[in-house]
Amino acid sequence: MLSKKHLLRTTDLTYDDFMQILQTAVMFENVNERRIKKVPALRGRTVVNMFFEPSTRTRGSFELAEKRLSCDTMNMGGSTSSTVKGESLVDTIQTLDAMKVDCFVVRSKFAGAPYKVTQCTDACVIDAGDGKHQHPTQALLDLYTIWRKKGSFDGLRVGIVGDIAHSRVCGSLVPALKILGANVTLIAPQTLLPARPDILGADAVTADLDAALPELDVVYMLRVQMERLEGAPFPSLREYNMLYGLTQDRDHLMRPDAIICHPGPINRGVELDSYMADHPERSVILNQVYAGLCVRMSVLYLLLGGAENGIGD
Amino acid sequence: MALVIKNARLIDPQVNLDEVADLKIADDGTIAEVGQNLDAAGCEVRDLSGRIVIPGLMDCHVHLREPGQEYKEDVYSGTLASAYGGFTDIVSMPNTTPETDNADVVELVKKAAAKAGFVHVHPSGACTKDRKGEALSEMGDMVRHGIVMVTDDGCNVQDAGMMRTVMDYAVQFGIPVSSHCQDAALVGKGQVNEGVASTRLGLAGWPTQGEEVHVDRDIRIGELTGCHTHIQHLTCGRALDIVRDAKARGANVTCEVTPHHMFLNEDFIKESYDTNFKVNPPLRTKADNEAVIQGVVDGTVDIIVTDHAPHAPYEKDREFELAPFGMIGIETSLATILTFLIRPGVISYNRMIELMCVNPRKLVNLPAVKLEAGSVADLTVFDPDFEWDVTPDCFHSKSNNSGFIGFHLQGKATDTFVAGKPVLVDGVVAE
Amino acid sequence: MTDNANVKYQVMDADDVERSITRIAHQILEANHGAQNVALVGIVTRGDVLARRLARRIEEIEGVKVPVGSLDITFYRDDVPVSLSPDIYNSHLPFALDGTNIVLVDDVLYTGRTIRCALDAVMDYGRPATVQLAVLVDRGHRELPIRADYVGKNVPSSRSEAVHLLLDETDGETCVRIYDVAPGGHVGAKPVNQAPIPSGLPEMPKLPNRYKSDIPVGGDR
Repeated sequence: MLSKKHLLRTTDLTYDDFMQILQTAVMFENVNERRIKKVPALRGRTVVNMFFEPSTRTRGSFELAEKRLSCDTMNMGGSTSSTVKGESLVDTIQTLDAMKVDCFVVRSKFAGAPYKVTQCTDACVIDAGDGKHQHPTQALLDLYTIWRKKGSFDGLRVGIVGDIAHSRVCGSLVPALKILGANVTLIAPQTLLPARPDILGADAVTADLDAALPELDVVYMLRVQMERLEGAPFPSLREYNMLYGLTQDRDHLMRPDAIICHPGPINRGVELDSYMADHPERSVILNQVYAGLCVRMSVLYLLLGGAENGIGD
Repeated sequence: MALVIKNARLIDPQVNLDEVADLKIADDGTIAEVGQNLDAAGCEVRDLSGRIVIPGLMDCHVHLREPGQEYKEDVYSGTLASAYGGFTDIVSMPNTTPETDNADVVELVKKAAAKAGFVHVHPSGACTKDRKGEALSEMGDMVRHGIVMVTDDGCNVQDAGMMRTVMDYAVQFGIPVSSHCQDAALVGKGQVNEGVASTRLGLAGWPTQGEEVHVDRDIRIGELTGCHTHIQHLTCGRALDIVRDAKARGANVTCEVTPHHMFLNEDFIKESYDTNFKVNPPLRTKADNEAVIQGVVDGTVDIIVTDHAPHAPYEKDREFELAPFGMIGIETSLATILTFLIRPGVISYNRMIELMCVNPRKLVNLPAVKLEAGSVADLTVFDPDFEWDVTPDCFHSKSNNSGFIGFHLQGKATDTFVAGKPVLVDGVVAE
Repeated sequence: MTDNANVKYQVMDADDVERSITRIAHQILEANHGAQNVALVGIVTRGDVLARRLARRIEEIEGVKVPVGSLDITFYRDDVPVSLSPDIYNSHLPFALDGTNIVLVDDVLYTGRTIRCALDAVMDYGRPATVQLAVLVDRGHRELPIRADYVGKNVPSSRSEAVHLLLDETDGETCVRIYDVAPGGHVGAKPVNQAPIPSGLPEMPKLPNRYKSDIPVGGDR
């Protein structure tokens, strides 16, 4: 069991929590390799996926994870939720809670919304991304992918490149990497950095990708969020690609065993070119997708599993 | 019937008074006499031993919400809360619906206030029509109907040229232009102080520089036009330095601070995203708390206000970014000052009276209230030793969005006299 | 030692256990007309140790290596203990179950709930021809209509007692003991001494190394 009832932020988790989630995810990898990719572990538990913001990957991954654990699931969100009719988050959650829900998976464009949900229900709450704040399951799947590839986080040098200011992934991933013992460098122009990168836990900040690359074991490329580029933080995609894109001609700067992560979806030709995105040795982008499923099963199981009368045969 | 207050400690630096003495209020609502062992024959007598009597507290920054947002507060509940807070005078802000940018709305507020009768309400008017920063409001008409200042509180006049026009025009009426210093382009969609809080919480940042550039701008436009510039709710040391420098060169500028910018800071906003701490301008750092208090001590700060900003519980009970800015304060203001500034000896009672009684009246050109014969008997009485806890249900405002909930405070107003009439009596207002 | 239990008496020693295993091996061979098409599936943790011992014995007798798998039923339980992990072991069934005669192997048969879970789990791996059940100890108190095909020893017990099989491989000694259990104490299988979560470098779980970047994701295997 985890030390917290909800999964709201990675800064809440202990080293043991992280390792328990990752190790349990390995067990679910085993389940996902079978012909029948489903276990009855959470039979009868009801999970509501509340996605107040468009999401295909995270939502699909959660939904599949829930189904493979035999949960009953309901999807609310976007145009189907009453929020478009002006209902407040609090009222929406209380309405659903009245129908006896065990877990809410919450995606919102507003930071802190999942915490607000915890105040309206006794069900457990999983943050599936809130504003620019946190996206803990994304960080966990990144950690899982890195762990499976590298075996350990101790002293691992991770560089995160791109739009850190608007990235909820960073809010979760950077503190998590620090808890696990990695060294984190943020690589971005100041227009894409938060006010205090040190608060996230970053060890170093630089705007020079070429100088940083040779040091890195893991290169984590963030997506250029075309839909959130307020205030035009860089002049053109062309220049962004020139300064911060991981392109074939930067391959030689990377360590031979360095891997490339990306939370997806990729803007090919902007932050990554196809050579690097599809690099057979370096790119672990599809592994991350698979890891997302296993880790979400793990988190759901660890939060929702367990019975009141824990006496077994 | 005349009334004699006995055995209270009377403090008023305006008349060099600080002693346990008696005070007699005449039938006409003025102070008849101050002295030892006054003859109380034929008078009602109130023994207020252990309590302190000062000139009535005045708050120059209160949102009464009427007309238009009576579900948050109205003139009745807002003035009732003011009376419970120990205030005898308040200045109401013009961001009502419709905006207080014409004499009709001013009259409406005045009438409602007179009907309630708990405190003197001095309305302020908007600088520009609909507070849009585009065209002058009818401030001349509003002045004739009793406004004491103009302000586009909540947004400020963004265009510097328009602000010059406002001040150029206002100068003829001898009223201050109150400036809510916030540069929209720098502040943007800011939710919390830019720095630790914005990074930790993933919220848009609100840099102090967004405040500083307008503090500097509006002082300079005041110097250009000869208008009295009043800087509202300063939050940070750097902005205070700008005011300090301006005062040193003789600029006609005054400024105010709130208890929440003195005693609360961004560290109070935990991962629970408590929206009661969402205020405009935002809570700054611990260092800024200290700098603001230093400004209160050294005289840079002229006035303490509350920026009492009620919001209905359901409006605050939502996502941080969707919740409105503001916290209430008029019922905790005196107690927080007594607890955190007077009791530790940071400032004296005399300084407190300057900040909360004398200077506010000077700002809006009201006659001074003094503890001497002939002065109007607008008085505040408080018990400096009364201990109480701030709880969500302790307020008389319609709203309870206070950042001080959970605080244990020492000192509370027990009585007020408004034009000689007892309003708050032993901690209770007769409604 | 289980924390809340005191040893009452020992019902089998190491030799008794070995003799039972030998007899069960013979019975399995007899019932299935040899070792062809037989596979043993041990329920983790002591069941799979027993299954390996049983397979060795069958090989000694019959000269045939029977496939052995291990089955972790954690995700199938209806009574997940409050402390779940890291006590989850991996199921490992390195053979096709379809059409085989599966012998489920467990240490102590009690309420039958573990076996029900194991039956569900086995069915998710394939469609065996038959499923049989071998246990070293049957202590009674069934709550479900489940019976063992092969029993080492019937040990009548009270519900306030715990019956534990200890094995060299997991416990450093081999025997069957009965313990007194404090009211409310755990009467199920004795927990295996768990290695605490390592504070340093985490051990990579032993798994078929199929996790490569070239595996198709979400498609057919």
